[in-house]
Amino acid sequence: MPADDYRLTTREIARFAADGYLRFDGLVPSELNEAVVERLGPMASVKISQALGVLSDQDIGARPVSRTPLSECYPDPSPIGGFLRLPQVQGIIRSLVGDDPFFDHDFVHVLSGGSTYLQHLHMDAITDSNDPTFDIQLFYFPRAVHTGGTRFVPGSHLRRVRPEQVARYQHIAGEEFYEGEAGTVLVFHHGLWHAGQPNPGEETRWMYKIRLNPRVPQVRLWNTDDFEAVHNDPSDHTFATMRVDSVANSLRQLQPWQQGHEGRIELVQRARLWRYLSGDPTYDADYYLTRLEDRAELLGEDEN
Amino acid sequence: MPVRQQILYLWLTESALDTETVAWAFHDGCEGRGPTLPEGKPPYPTGLAALTDGWCLLQSVPPRPLESGSEHEPGPLLNEFVFERRVDLGDD
Repeated sequence: MPADDYRLTTREIARFAADGYLRFDGLVPSELNEAVVERLGPMASVKISQALGVLSDQDIGARPVSRTPLSECYPDPSPIGGFLRLPQVQGIIRSLVGDDPFFDHDFVHVLSGGSTYLQHLHMDAITDSNDPTFDIQLFYFPRAVHTGGTRFVPGSHLRRVRPEQVARYQHIAGEEFYEGEAGTVLVFHHGLWHAGQPNPGEETRWMYKIRLNPRVPQVRLWNTDDFEAVHNDPSDHTFATMRVDSVANSLRQLQPWQQGHEGRIELVQRARLWRYLSGDPTYDADYYLTRLEDRAELLGEDEN
Repeated sequence: MPVRQQILYLWLTESALDTETVAWAFHDGCEGRGPTLPEGKPPYPTGLAALTDGWCLLQSVPPRPLESGSEHEPGPLLNEFVFERRVDLGDD
């Protein structure tokens, strides 16, 4: 993240468009991680009770309600607020959903050492609209995870599925099981398939998750210093002439489970997402959209 | 003689049974007392490899007409093949 304000680069955003997530190892300093863990215990108790339909009378201080501007959530002094207001975290948020998105909800995932609790693969919430707008979810791990934490499937974010339909996939080529150092943050597109996994280690596993809704068009919100250099025109085409330094080439990097002809449909979806993110309605990767959209015009030109 | 069913799902890259496995799932009605899957991820590189190891194909998904307007929207994995193996657990 070379920008002074920690906004992401065009290349990083292109990778997010392709993979549906970004990973930032050890982003949060250790003293803040420990303060957050102290906070997550009572917060988890309240959140889990509420998810089970029971209102807890435990006092954990003010909690934000949905559709609160993020800047008004968890005012100081607050470890959670401290995390959310880290300049590096603000740079990520600003790059993807704007300066002051709405708080949607947050949750605490806690799993004791030795727990065999296993979630089926799923996507959160319900099947989303098919427009390219998106929420982000920050998955923040304030303690190190050494043994198979969150399972997730890179590149699954643009599939239109019912959340429970993907439970049948016990194993997918290229899936990942998060492990990493304390303070690591994963940033997910809201559609990414994921699942909690057992905790065979001895230490309790902690994860704080927050979902954010954009309030501004998500167009070139990042550090665009490298935009002109990497944003390709629609002629960037694997089967004609192609660039290896372009956004299209980032979007072409398919996952091991996305091989075969269906990978091309995946690429079309990524190109549509990049049209939205870049503000360029003519954008394309490997000419699939342009070919279809321009056919009538080409035929018209032939008649002339 | 109790006969138990083992079910294997394979999702392949294309609609042909001899294309590569990209996802899989195993449900063991024998609760660990029958044969296991081969080591490896995936356990079978293709659907055909599962056949040659003794699995019987129960179901494959036929190609469906495309719905206008959603031709380019990927959804669940398309090429799902379901296999079974019936295991006699003897005097269990």
